[in-house]
Amino acid sequence: MNQTLPMPATPFCTPQPLLRVRQLGKRYGALTALHDASFDLWPGEVLAVVGESGSGKSTLLNAVAALSRPDSGGVEYRLRDGTLEDVHALSAARQRLLARTDWGFVHQNPADGLRMDVSAGANVGERLMGLGWRHYGQLRATALEWLQRVEIDPWRIDDTPRVFSGGMRQRLQIARNLVTSPRLLFMDEPTSGLDVSVQARLLDLLRRLTQELQLAVVIVTHDLAVARLLAQRMVVMQRGRIVESGLTDQLLDDPQHPYTQLLVSSVLPP
Amino acid sequence: MNAPTPSAPLQAATAAACSSAPAINFAYLDERSKRMIRRALLKAVAIPGYQVPFGSREMPLPYGWGTGGIQVTAAVIGPNDVLKVIDQGSDDTVNAVNIRRFFQRTAGVPITTQTRAATLIQTRHRIPETPLREGQIIVYQVPVPEPLQRLEPRETETRTLHALAEYGLMHVKLYEDIARHGHIATTYDYPVLVNGRYLMSPSPIPKFDNPKLHRNPALQLFGAGREKRIYAVPPYTKVESLSFDDHPFEVQRWEAACALCGATDAFLDEVIIDDQGTRQHTCSDSDHCQQRRAAASTVAA
Amino acid sequence: MKNAILCMRGVAKRFTLHHQHGAVLPVLEGVELQAHAGECLVLDGPSGMGKSTLLKLVYANYRASAGQIDVRTGPDSTLDVTQASARELLQLRRDTVSYVSQFLRLIPRVPAIDVVAEALRQDHATDADVAAAARAEAARWLQRLRIPERLWSLPPATFSGGEQQRINIARNLIKPRPLVLLDEPTASLDPANTRTVVELIQEAVGRGAAVLGIFHDPEVGAALATRRIDMSCFRSAA
Repeated sequence: MNQTLPMPATPFCTPQPLLRVRQLGKRYGALTALHDASFDLWPGEVLAVVGESGSGKSTLLNAVAALSRPDSGGVEYRLRDGTLEDVHALSAARQRLLARTDWGFVHQNPADGLRMDVSAGANVGERLMGLGWRHYGQLRATALEWLQRVEIDPWRIDDTPRVFSGGMRQRLQIARNLVTSPRLLFMDEPTSGLDVSVQARLLDLLRRLTQELQLAVVIVTHDLAVARLLAQRMVVMQRGRIVESGLTDQLLDDPQHPYTQLLVSSVLPP
Repeated sequence: MNAPTPSAPLQAATAAACSSAPAINFAYLDERSKRMIRRALLKAVAIPGYQVPFGSREMPLPYGWGTGGIQVTAAVIGPNDVLKVIDQGSDDTVNAVNIRRFFQRTAGVPITTQTRAATLIQTRHRIPETPLREGQIIVYQVPVPEPLQRLEPRETETRTLHALAEYGLMHVKLYEDIARHGHIATTYDYPVLVNGRYLMSPSPIPKFDNPKLHRNPALQLFGAGREKRIYAVPPYTKVESLSFDDHPFEVQRWEAACALCGATDAFLDEVIIDDQGTRQHTCSDSDHCQQRRAAASTVAA
Repeated sequence: MKNAILCMRGVAKRFTLHHQHGAVLPVLEGVELQAHAGECLVLDGPSGMGKSTLLKLVYANYRASAGQIDVRTGPDSTLDVTQASARELLQLRRDTVSYVSQFLRLIPRVPAIDVVAEALRQDHATDADVAAAARAEAARWLQRLRIPERLWSLPPATFSGGEQQRINIARNLIKPRPLVLLDEPTASLDPANTRTVVELIQEAVGRGAAVLGIFHDPEVGAALATRRIDMSCFRSAA
C-alpha cells in the first residue's frame, strides 16, 4: 500500500536558545565550587539540575541567575527583542530590571522570596507597581486572578504570608514571580520541606503552569522524582562538575556515569 | 589650607545674658562645621530630594529635639536674617520658644512671629499657611529621612532602591493602606516624588501641607540630626504626592471653622477647653490666625 | 535508507555497572533492522532477549553502545537517534515516534481524560477550543477502550492494571505518528479489549505507520505481524 505518512505539521526549525551557559566556574578560596559548567536552554524547556549536597547545583543556579558572579565563563540571555546579552556585563540596574520582568526566582524557603509582613495581594502586585502600574483596582483584580491560579483561596488576599502554611507560601511565591509573565524561571529546591501531599499539589501546579505559559525553567533538586515529573532534560552534578546530561528519562533509566548510576540506584522505591 | 578662624566673641543685643557665658561662635557652630554643612546643603540643592549624609555635630540638646534642623539653620543664618521658629504651627510652644532663645543667645538675630517678616523659618511638623516668597528659607526638622525605612530597614537596600529609582515598594505601602482601611491611611509624612526622580519624606507635616511643597518660591531645607542626613527642595521644584489613579491624593478637610478667626481653609487643631469635654477648633498656625483676626478688627473698626 | 521509516544498523547495547566492579551486561549485538510504512514487525524471543531494550533504544530511553538508528522525520530528512541532541529527541517523540511502554507512568492529580488528551494539546496549552476538541477525541478513545465514563475525571492511580494499560495505549496512540513502538500492549487485557487494541494497531498500520511490537499473546502476534523478527539473531555472544 502506498498511503501517505502522517508527517509533522511544521518543519523542524530550531528557534534560538533562550539561555547559553558557557564554562562557568566559581571558587571559594581553594575550594572549586563550580567548574566548566555549560548548557543551553530553549523556550518552554524544563531543565533539572540534580546532585547531592555540595555538588554545586545551587552555586550554578545562583551564578546563572546573576545572584553571584562567576570567576570564569559566561551566561548569555536572549532578550525579548532577540538580542543576546552577557548577563554579568549588564549594569546592576538592568540586571535587577531583568530579574523583575523576564525572570523569576523561587527560593527554597518561601520567606526568602516574599515580604512576610505585607498582604498576599501586595506581594503579588509589587512587581507590577514597580513597573508603573498605578491603578489599585486593576492591581487587586490581577492579584486575585493569580491567587486563584495558584489555588490560594481569594479570601486570603489581604492576609500576610505569616499566617499561611508552607505550601501556601510557596504557591504565593510562585504567583509573585509569574505575575510579570517571565520567560525564564529559576527554582531552588521548591518542594523540599513540604509534606508529600503538599509537594504533589505544588508539582502539579508547576507542571501545568510551565506548560501553559511556555516557561523555560532551571530547577535545582536532589529529588529524582521531581526531576522526572517536571523536567524533560537533566544535568547531574558531582563536586562542582556536570558529569552527565541528556533526556531525563534516559539518565534515570539508563545512567551511564558511575555517579549517576549511584544516585539512581540509591533511591528507595516506595 | 585654610587657617582656622578664631572664635569671635559674641556681639549681640543680649550682652547681659552672655557676659558670664564662655565665648561661642556666631550661631554656636564653629566655621568649619558650618562649611561642612553648607557643602552638604549645596549637594542637596543640586540633587533635589536626595539624602546627603553629613557629619552631624554634638548639639546642646539630645537627638529627637530638632538637632538636624538647628544645625541647618546655624549653617545658613546670618546677622541680617530675621528668624521665626514654629512647632506644630505655633510660635508659643516649648520647643519653638527654646530654639528661638537658643538662636537669640548664640546669634543675636532679630526674631519675629510673622511669617511675612521672616527671612528664615525653622519648623517642626507644619508649613505656615501664609504663602512663602522668593528669598525665604524654610528649614524642616526631620526624625526619619528615609521614606522606605519601615518597609525596608536595610540601608544598603534602600540606597540601591533610590539609586535605581525602584519605588514599587512605596506603592506597596499605599496599597496596603487601601486594602486595610479602604483609603490611604497615611495622614502625615506622606511620601512625595521630587522633581520626578527622588522619593522623599517631607518630614511629619500633615498631608494637608503637601501641596505647599510643590513649586514653592522659597528654598526648602531638611535636616535630620540623629540620622545624619540633609536634603533639599530648590525653589519652584515639582513635588508630587504619591497616589493611585483610582485613589487620588486628597487633603484633609474639616466640618468646622476656626473658632477664633473663622478660617475654613487652614489646618485646624481640635482643643478640649473644659472639664465637660467641650471641643473647639482653632488654627494650628498661630501667626496666620492672628493676622486674620487683626485684619478682621481693622475692617470692623 | 530509501523509504524505510526506521533503519537500525550495527546497533549494540551493553550495560556497564560501575558499582558492580564495572561488570558489563551485553544485551544486544549487531542489530540490523528496517521498518517501512504499513509494516508491523513483531519481535519474537523469550524474555531477557532484549526485546524491550530494542524498543527503548529506538525511543532514546536507552542509549545505544554502538551503531546507528535512523528515523525518518520528513520526506527528505532523517535523524540518527544515537547522535541526536536532547532537543531533537524531544521533537522526535512529539512528532514522529509513539511508544506504549509496559507500565503507565503516573502523574498525580491529572484526570484520566486529560492524561489521554495531552498529546493533542501540545503547543496550544491555553487554547480552549483545542482543549475541547482534544478532550472530545480522548473521550472517543476511552469509550472505545471501554473505560467507564465515571472514571474519566479521576486520576488513573487507583485504576486496575488493565484500565491503566488502556489509558497508556490511548495516551500514546491518540496522536497519529509515523513510527509506533508497542511493548506488551495487551498483557493485562480481557479478550474484548484485546480485540479492540488489535483493531487500533491494524488501523495504525492501515494509515501508513510502521509498527514494532512485542506481544506476549501468540494469537495477537499472529494476527498483526506482517513480518517477524527473531531476536536470537541479535543475542550477544555469551
